[in-house]
Amino acid sequence: MNTSSINWFRFASPASFFPLARRLVPWFGIPAALLAVGGLYLGLVVAPTDAQQGDAYRIIFLHVPAAWMSMFIYVVMAFWSVITLMFNARLAAMMVQSLAPTGALFTFLALWTGSLWGRPAWGTYWAWDARMTSELILLFLYFGYLALRGAIVDSRRADRASAVLVLVGVINVPIIYFSVRWWNTLHQGASVSLTSAPKMAAVMLSAMLIVALAAWLYSIAISLARVQAIILERERGTGWAEALAGAVR
Amino acid sequence: MSLADFFSMGGYGFYVWGAYLVTAVAIVMEVVAVRARLKNARHFADSGQEAQ
Repeated sequence: MNTSSINWFRFASPASFFPLARRLVPWFGIPAALLAVGGLYLGLVVAPTDAQQGDAYRIIFLHVPAAWMSMFIYVVMAFWSVITLMFNARLAAMMVQSLAPTGALFTFLALWTGSLWGRPAWGTYWAWDARMTSELILLFLYFGYLALRGAIVDSRRADRASAVLVLVGVINVPIIYFSVRWWNTLHQGASVSLTSAPKMAAVMLSAMLIVALAAWLYSIAISLARVQAIILERERGTGWAEALAGAVR
Repeated sequence: MSLADFFSMGGYGFYVWGAYLVTAVAIVMEVVAVRARLKNARHFADSGQEAQ
């Protein structure tokens, strides 16, 4: 079959996206688990102790992937929010709704692991420096999104109102990313840059990138799983939702 | 490297394992919560009742 004959817009409908999401979850979830185990083995067992920081640096294998995901998920939410507002697309808004808890979780984990790394590295769990403060604001943006959604009963109105909130908040993402350059922060500069040679040993860098890839695949898997629940919750009462729920039992 | 060395993390065990443990618990909790939510949604969509 010629692939160009597939009508991809068909999947913009929650009814046809639901079975696709269901089939895709293990294709992302299983590689995510395998890569997480492999990457963390590399990071915790194979990678040598750091000359300056001792073993405390091993928090990097969680901290950097979590921090990347916290920002990346927000950007993806902003993308789906644009689609929501432009096309009044139900499924796009459901994807925003599905990504938000995972984004909030990674933001919390970035702050938590960063705090536990900051203590041995800098002597403090927390400082009101630009990087940490803007990451904390990101957590509040996720909470704000979830609270606003929860406060509006009409889900289509909630879609539009919360899409606007997500888009206003997206300005914070470049602020987080460039904060270490724009301000003199306690936080160190970027760990990985496309334009300069890696500052880390190859085994450390590969462990970190493998865990980051695992976090990326996990986020796809968990949001595809959660969006199924959201579809069923929101489309409840339609014949197809009842049929789907019965069929997948 | 002995197992005791591995757990002590050169004296940084509290920080390193504090980070790894909370991350692991958080991910497991999210997976469990999403599974439960999906199961609940299926149940109530199927019976046509209000989801809890």
